[in-house]
Amino acid sequence: MLTILFDGIAYGMLLFVLASGLAVTLGLMNFVNLAHGAFAMAGGYITVILVNRLGLPFFASLPIAFLASALIGFVFERTLYVHVYRKSHLDQVLFTIGLVFMSVATVDYFLGSSQVFVQVPDTLQGQFSVSGVGIGRYRLLIIIVCGLLTIALQFVFANTRFGSRLRAAVDDSRVARGLGINVNRIFAVTFAFGSGLAGLGGALGAEILGLDPTFPLKFMIYFLIVVTVGGTSSITGPFFASLLLGISDVAGKYYVPTLGAFVIYTIMIIILIWRPQGLFSRASSR
Amino acid sequence: MTTPARLTIVAATEWLSERARWHPLEFLFWIAAFAAIYLMPSRHLILTEIAWLGLFALSLDLILGYAGIISLGHAAFFGLGAYTAALLAKHEIINEPAAALLIAGVAAMALGFLTSFLVLRGSDLTRLMVTLGVALVLRELANRNGWLTGGADGLQGVTIKPLLGTFRFDMFGHTGYIYCLTVLFILFLLARRMVNSPFGLSLLSVKDNPLRASAIGISVDARLVAVYTVAAGYAGIAGALLAQTTAFASLEVFSFDRSADLLLVLIIGGAGYLYGGLIGAIVFKIMQDYLSALTPQYWPFWIGLVLVVIVLVGRDRITSWTAPIRLFAERLNWRALKRRPAASITEEHLS
Repeated sequence: MLTILFDGIAYGMLLFVLASGLAVTLGLMNFVNLAHGAFAMAGGYITVILVNRLGLPFFASLPIAFLASALIGFVFERTLYVHVYRKSHLDQVLFTIGLVFMSVATVDYFLGSSQVFVQVPDTLQGQFSVSGVGIGRYRLLIIIVCGLLTIALQFVFANTRFGSRLRAAVDDSRVARGLGINVNRIFAVTFAFGSGLAGLGGALGAEILGLDPTFPLKFMIYFLIVVTVGGTSSITGPFFASLLLGISDVAGKYYVPTLGAFVIYTIMIIILIWRPQGLFSRASSR
Repeated sequence: MTTPARLTIVAATEWLSERARWHPLEFLFWIAAFAAIYLMPSRHLILTEIAWLGLFALSLDLILGYAGIISLGHAAFFGLGAYTAALLAKHEIINEPAAALLIAGVAAMALGFLTSFLVLRGSDLTRLMVTLGVALVLRELANRNGWLTGGADGLQGVTIKPLLGTFRFDMFGHTGYIYCLTVLFILFLLARRMVNSPFGLSLLSVKDNPLRASAIGISVDARLVAVYTVAAGYAGIAGALLAQTTAFASLEVFSFDRSADLLLVLIIGGAGYLYGGLIGAIVFKIMQDYLSALTPQYWPFWIGLVLVVIVLVGRDRITSWTAPIRLFAERLNWRALKRRPAASITEEHLS
C-alpha cells in the first residue's frame, strides 16, 4: 500500500518536472504546445547515447541532457515557434502536431523504433525496505532530485525579480509589457528552461516510463492533463495535479488493472467539465 | 455594423439563393467523380479510400469550418461507426450493408449528441482535451472489451453480405467505390442544403462571434449541439464505409493519428467550404500513395513537415493556389454575372 503510494509520488514528481515547462508556455503565451514531449524525448535519447554508447557516468549525463534540451528548445523557439504565437489555436495545434510527427519519424530513422533503456549504475538498482515499505533506490533518487527542483522552482517563481516578472507576464502580458517588462525575452528564457526541465525529466524517466520514438505522443495527454487540471497561475497547482495523476495512475494500474488508463481519462473529462479553468486556479481574466 | 435599410427581405432572399445555386464547376466535380467508375477501373481501391476519407473530412469541416470547434478526437465517431458496422455484419444481425450503415450513423449521432454537451463549455484548449479524451476512452473501452471487439488484434472474420442482396463487394473495389461515392454524394447534398439554409448561416455567425450571435436571438448552444451531432453521424458513416469495404475493424480507427491526419486533410483543401475536405482527401491520398511508396515507415515525417510548412507559410496563402481557379470559376458562372449588381451590394453589407 505505502509502496504504491511511494511509487505514485515518484511518478507524479517526474510528471511535474516533465510538464512544468508546458505550464508556463501555456499560461504565459496562451500557446498550445503539443510538442512538449518531443523535448523530453530529446533529453532521454541524449542520456541513452551518452551513457550506453559513450560510457559517460549516469550522473554526469543528466546536466548535459538538461543543457542540450534547453539549447534545442531555445533554437526552436527563436526560429520556429516565434512565428506561430500570434496565430490562431488551430494553427498552433497543427504546427505542434507536425513537430511531434517529425520528431517521432526522425528518432525512428536514426535510432530505431525499439524501446531503449538507460544503463543505471548499480548503486541505484534494487530496493531496500524501511519498516516494511519497499523503497526503490532509483525512485528515491527521482523523488529527491524532483523535490529539490520543485523547491528551487517555487523559490525562483515566488522570491526573485525574474519570478515576479514572469508572474506579471502570465497574469496579464499586455500590462506587463506596458510596465516595461520584456515579455518576449522572459518567454524565450522560460521556454528554454522548460524544455531543459522536460529533457531532464525524460532522462530520469527513461527507466520508468520507457523510451521509444512514440514517447511524445504517448505522454502528450499526460502533460496536458497536468497543466489543464492544475491551472497555469502557480507552480503548486500543476504540482498537486501531477501528484494526483501519478498516484491515481499507479494505484489504478495496481488495483483495477482491467480498467487501464480509462480511469485517468474519465477523471480528466469530469474535472474539465466541472472546472474548465483547472482545479487549482483562480478565476482567470481571460 | 448595422443592418442597412436597403437590405430588404427581397435582396436577402436573392442573396441566399445566389449562395445556394449550383456552380458549373460543382457539376464538373461530380461528373468527374462518377465518370471515374468507368474511366479508372484499376484505381477503384484508392478511390474508395478517397471517398470515405472525403466524407470524414466533410464531417470535420461541418464542426471546424462552420462552427469553429477544434476537435482532436473526431476519430471517436469514426471508430464507433466502424465497429458498429463490423459487429452488425459479423454477428449477422443486419445483413444489408446499407441498413447497417444507417444504424452505424445513428449510433455515432447518439454518441455525438451525448458528448456535444462536453464541448459547449470552456476554451479551445479544454475542447481539445475533452475531444481527445473521449476518443481515448473509446479506444480504451474497445481495447479492454476483447470479447466483443477482438481487442488489439482487431475484429476478424467479418463477411459483408452483398449490397441490396445482389452486388457483391469484390476485391478490386468496384462495388465499394460505387457504394461509397453514392453515399458520399447523398450526404454531400444534405450537407450542402444544411449549410446554405438559415441554420447554416446562423452557425457561421456563432463561429465568428458567439456573444453577438446570442444577442440577436440565436441560441448558440442548441446550434452547436445540433451541428456536432450531425457531424458525428457523418463521421460514423465514414467509419462504417471503411469497415464494410475492408471487412475489418481495428483499434487503429480510434487512434490519435487518425484525428491528426484528418485535420491535415481538411487544412490542405481549406476549411469552411464543403469541397475543402473532398479536395484535401484527393491530394492527401495521392500524396500518401506516392510518399509511402518511397519510405513507408517514415510517412509521419512528411505529414509533419507538410503541417509545419502550411502553418508557417500561412493557411490563407496555402489555399491561394486555388485563386486562379476561383477567378476562372467566377467568369464561368454566367448566371451569377447577370445578377451581379444586386448581389454585390447585399454581399458587401452582409460580410
